[in-house]
Amino acid sequence: MKFKGVDFWPHGKLFPIMPQRFRAVPVSIVAFVLAVVILATSGLNFGIDFKGGSLFEIRTKSGPVDIAQLRDDLGQLGLGDVQIQGLDTDNEALIRVEEQPATEELSSEKAQQAAAAKVTEALGSDIEIRRSEVVGPAVSSELKQAGLIAVLSAIFGILLYIWFRFEWQFGIAAIIALVHDIIITLGVFSLLGLTFGLTEVAALLTLAGYSINDTVVVFDRIRENLRRYKKKPLDELMNLSINETMSRTVITSGTTFFAVLAIYIFGTEVIQGFAFAMLFGILIGTWSSIFVASPFLLWVGVKRDWSKEGAATGTEVISKA
Amino acid sequence: MLYFSRTKIIAIAFVCLMGIVGLVPNFISKSTLEGPYWPSFLPNSQLSLGLDLKGGAHLLLRIEEQALKTDTLKTLSGDARKQLRDARIGFLGGIRPVNDNVVVRLRDAGDMERALAQLRLLIQQVGNPLIGTTGTDIEVTQVDPTTIHVTPTDAGQTQRVNSAIAAAIEIIRKRIDSVGTTEPTIVRQGRDRILVQVPGFDDTARLKALIGKTARLSFHDVHPSMSATEAEQGRVPIGYVLYPSADPDEPGVSYLVRERPVVRGDDLVDAQPSFSQETNEPIISFRFNQKGARAFASYTSLNVGRPFAIVLDNGKDETGKEDITIITAPVIQSPILGGSGQITGNFSVKEANDLAVQIRSGALPTPLGIIEERTVGPSLGADSIVSGEIAASVAAVLVAGFMFFAYGLFGIYALAAVLVNLILIVGVMSMIGSTLTLPGIAGLILTVGMAVDANVLIYERIREEMRNNKSPISAIESGFQRAFATIIDSNLTTLIAGVVMFWLGSGPVRGFAVTLSLGIFATMFTAFTVTRLLVSLWVGRQKTRKIPSPL
Repeated sequence: MKFKGVDFWPHGKLFPIMPQRFRAVPVSIVAFVLAVVILATSGLNFGIDFKGGSLFEIRTKSGPVDIAQLRDDLGQLGLGDVQIQGLDTDNEALIRVEEQPATEELSSEKAQQAAAAKVTEALGSDIEIRRSEVVGPAVSSELKQAGLIAVLSAIFGILLYIWFRFEWQFGIAAIIALVHDIIITLGVFSLLGLTFGLTEVAALLTLAGYSINDTVVVFDRIRENLRRYKKKPLDELMNLSINETMSRTVITSGTTFFAVLAIYIFGTEVIQGFAFAMLFGILIGTWSSIFVASPFLLWVGVKRDWSKEGAATGTEVISKA
Repeated sequence: MLYFSRTKIIAIAFVCLMGIVGLVPNFISKSTLEGPYWPSFLPNSQLSLGLDLKGGAHLLLRIEEQALKTDTLKTLSGDARKQLRDARIGFLGGIRPVNDNVVVRLRDAGDMERALAQLRLLIQQVGNPLIGTTGTDIEVTQVDPTTIHVTPTDAGQTQRVNSAIAAAIEIIRKRIDSVGTTEPTIVRQGRDRILVQVPGFDDTARLKALIGKTARLSFHDVHPSMSATEAEQGRVPIGYVLYPSADPDEPGVSYLVRERPVVRGDDLVDAQPSFSQETNEPIISFRFNQKGARAFASYTSLNVGRPFAIVLDNGKDETGKEDITIITAPVIQSPILGGSGQITGNFSVKEANDLAVQIRSGALPTPLGIIEERTVGPSLGADSIVSGEIAASVAAVLVAGFMFFAYGLFGIYALAAVLVNLILIVGVMSMIGSTLTLPGIAGLILTVGMAVDANVLIYERIREEMRNNKSPISAIESGFQRAFATIIDSNLTTLIAGVVMFWLGSGPVRGFAVTLSLGIFATMFTAFTVTRLLVSLWVGRQKTRKIPSPL
């Protein structure tokens, strides 16, 4: 076979990417602050995994779902906040019932069960319940705690690993990029009011892995070039490193993006939140490697003498920023 | 970097073969795998699909520890009372639980030593005497000259929780097995929880009733003269109660029966669903133990021609209401001496079946609360599989097309590596018997992305080296070498996230973590063996001395 593939990337050209940081970093900072503000004010729309309550995915046996009628019927049950959301096909819908408070006769766990039983009864026999979930408060608070611990531990583990493999500046820079990605993604979830459940925690952790993967590829090249060009100014060296890894970044991000896009388009409701977070994560992960992690590294400066692996740090720190 | 010794090639081929061997059982029917012709040295476990794909019910139950504690204290009070009475030691008032202690007040302080000795006889060692004990189940302490506290210890409580959980698991298993569903998972989780997963069973209401409800049958005398209507209008005579009929043909009808049963449910030894030989309707046949048989024989001999009532106590329903009904109130035709009988009660086959199970398996040791419930109907599960397959094929075509476009023949090598990668993951998952869930499929697709990335890193590096005027062969050499560090670093950092998810996560997060972590190992293996081997074979095939540029 003679076909060698198309190398479409203009390798001869050196794009001035790092100089764009003066515009890009403020964008990131503003986005980050906005995300924090949105999270602080409107919070996350936690799914029943974290909030307790019940959820039903229903399908009518004939005709479209009459959401207004359904809202009326279920509203009369006195179960507090009942959300009804139509799905892609018009004979399907999602019903969410908020967590029921404990009463004198019923413990909190039993109150959830009683509410779910009421909804099932009210739906009648013309509606098929395709999926139902009832989560009591004991489980939901545990899941929330476990999710938080999982994210924090993952971040800490990644920090340790990069510190061990590179230098502390790299570790901190990678974590800043990571936190940037996670907070902004959470901000988008909050802004759009998307449900945030266990599956989305998995997406967040994958995003963390993906983002760090991208950052590590760039850092790896920076480390290599630090060994090769001992006298090159750090910002030029970083710009070169980013340019050199650009073709790989475009190809990998592109293929992964399209693979996840396929999941987003063809997946069921359960997986769409996951796919959405991943799609967003791929874009922001690539952005943060270039415009968050690298500028930070430039700002704190790095050890320049890499000729002897493991030599004492800080022999010739050049701070350019 | 490009030379492979024969042993290495064999080793790589062997690993790939193992992956395929692990994968094969998934394409063979279960009966063949378990049949006599399937070679025993081959693995026979299939990849099981999670409830989200297959449909089914998931319940997380928690035993109500407080109820267990209250029960313990009550029994302990009774034991203490009996112990002191038998030893003729006088005590003041009743012996009863106060907070977490059983409080004993002696009439005479002089009895203290004897009372302590008697109560200490109740102490039992906790744990296995062969392995060593971890303490005692109760403590007996003197608080003042006439007061003794008998206190259950934490070790004792733990042991009671353990045995209550073990008993509950046994009962739940019996009940679920007897309705004939396949392969339920019933396991303990944490200190006080039981996870029940029943694939292919989406009627949670029935499942909950089956697990949570205890049905107790008892046989009662019907009031000889007064009718239920008279009793409803006037007064229910002492010792009698009104219970509604469970028969749908008798709406609103009640019976006035003697509260104290002739034979209790405890004296039933067996209950089985069957069909009546005359009417072919579903019935329940039951058998008494000796004591029950004797009591029933003498009662029926004395009361021929009069009705008696079969009462079903279903315990409390969700709202805490007692659910006691009368299944049937037949007239005694002749004395029943054999200790067995049949109940006809207008049952459906399913009702007869479930009721027999509930009667047979006895009461749960403690009430169980449902703290989490998830159900996926079979139609949704099937949809998930279909949409997963579509998503996977579309993603595969996109990735394959792009790789071929970007790298030509080497792109195909990369795809071969990705394919081996997937075979290894699914093969290993099948062999260790893990479960594939929807998030797991997402993890697989992400793995494809990571595996493609590894190959992209290598190939881009080779092109870069060639741009630096290296010969193709040394460009390939250093391309693999240089990309190696990057791939290790990027994959290990992702692996850290994967391991943390597996370790701390639950449910969907875990399923995702399993495929992701396995995928990372498979990626590191395939990028550095399969791709490299294929490239090295390509180099070896070149006839000219000067190798053409590959990329």
